[in-house]
Amino acid sequence: MPKGSVAITTERCKGCGFCVEFCPTHVLELSNAFNAKGYHPPHMLNAEKCSGCNLCGMYCPDFAIFGYKYPDQKAQKGEQGQ
Amino acid sequence: MSTTELHVHNPVEDLLRQDRVPTIWCPGCGIGTTVNSFAHALLGQQINLQKTAIVSGIGCSGRVSGYMNLDSFHTTHGRAIPFATGLKLANPELTVIVYSGDGDLTSIGGNHLIHAARRNMDIMVVCVNNMIYAMTGGQAAATTPGASNSTTTPYGAFEPELNMAQLVDAAGACFVARWTAFHVMQLERTMAKALKKKGFRFIEILSPCPTYYQRKNNMGDALAAMVDYKKRSKIKNGCPTWETALEPGGEIVVGEFVDREREDYLTRMRRQLGSHYSEFPPQPEEQESEGCEKEC
Repeated sequence: MPKGSVAITTERCKGCGFCVEFCPTHVLELSNAFNAKGYHPPHMLNAEKCSGCNLCGMYCPDFAIFGYKYPDQKAQKGEQGQ
Repeated sequence: MSTTELHVHNPVEDLLRQDRVPTIWCPGCGIGTTVNSFAHALLGQQINLQKTAIVSGIGCSGRVSGYMNLDSFHTTHGRAIPFATGLKLANPELTVIVYSGDGDLTSIGGNHLIHAARRNMDIMVVCVNNMIYAMTGGQAAATTPGASNSTTTPYGAFEPELNMAQLVDAAGACFVARWTAFHVMQLERTMAKALKKKGFRFIEILSPCPTYYQRKNNMGDALAAMVDYKKRSKIKNGCPTWETALEPGGEIVVGEFVDREREDYLTRMRRQLGSHYSEFPPQPEEQESEGCEKEC
């Protein structure tokens, strides 16, 4: 169960590859697909490894990607039980 | 696509003018990365954004003021600091940030930088150093390392580069730091710290310039520059600034070099003027409106 995920706005991407290089868990990969400007935006290769740390979002120079954490399901269950 | 499906929202987008993005910056330019860190620092510190102004000069980094959804001014080449000085003096409540490039701040506006640091004007200066005049066509700037090629130095620059950190430290800045576009988290923390501080604060950020600096010097693409920063940089907080010169191929010393307390210009002015200062009402507009109410 992944802890988080990334949201990618493919049309803003310029394919610099910072997110792919510096992702701590190597989740991303540049895809073969093109966006409207002819760049290769990233896609999730190992989605289950994503921790939602948003380091990709910090590196992205074009504000095209950002990571977010899923709500902590264990904590929610614990609250309900109490 | 996925952004709308999942109903998640990038917090940085609140600080961007949505009609202006995507940016004009080249693929892999590090300026956008520094803007991310800056936006996170602004959001994390919960600074009143209505009282925050950003001033930029000309250049690639000068575009930042246009993209940020703050009160912003895009000034003439090299004159971002004089403009910010005037802004701060006219309205001391504002948090004034100068966001500009190395060519603008140290080459064309070099004297303004020195004297703003000498006066200890209460502004924060963020200098994105891409080692070259990028937007104007890749000319050699004061920060271009010696022997580097550029459009104006096809046989390599015959001049050594300027160490900005040492310059502003010697001129009397309160806070001097240097990071690279690779150090996003450290940069965010430093910016957050600098936003809360009073006095002249200077943050230099090394950024890749794949289109001019790296292409002219066969240094690969932007990603190669970022990996190079990762390899070559060494964090030395509190390092004396005369030991932080950027040598081509050598170690990149990064960190927070100077953090000292010094009386800023406005405090000093008020102290020296003493009782004379109170002759000028601090907020003339509010007093005028009160008078109007009484008359009505």
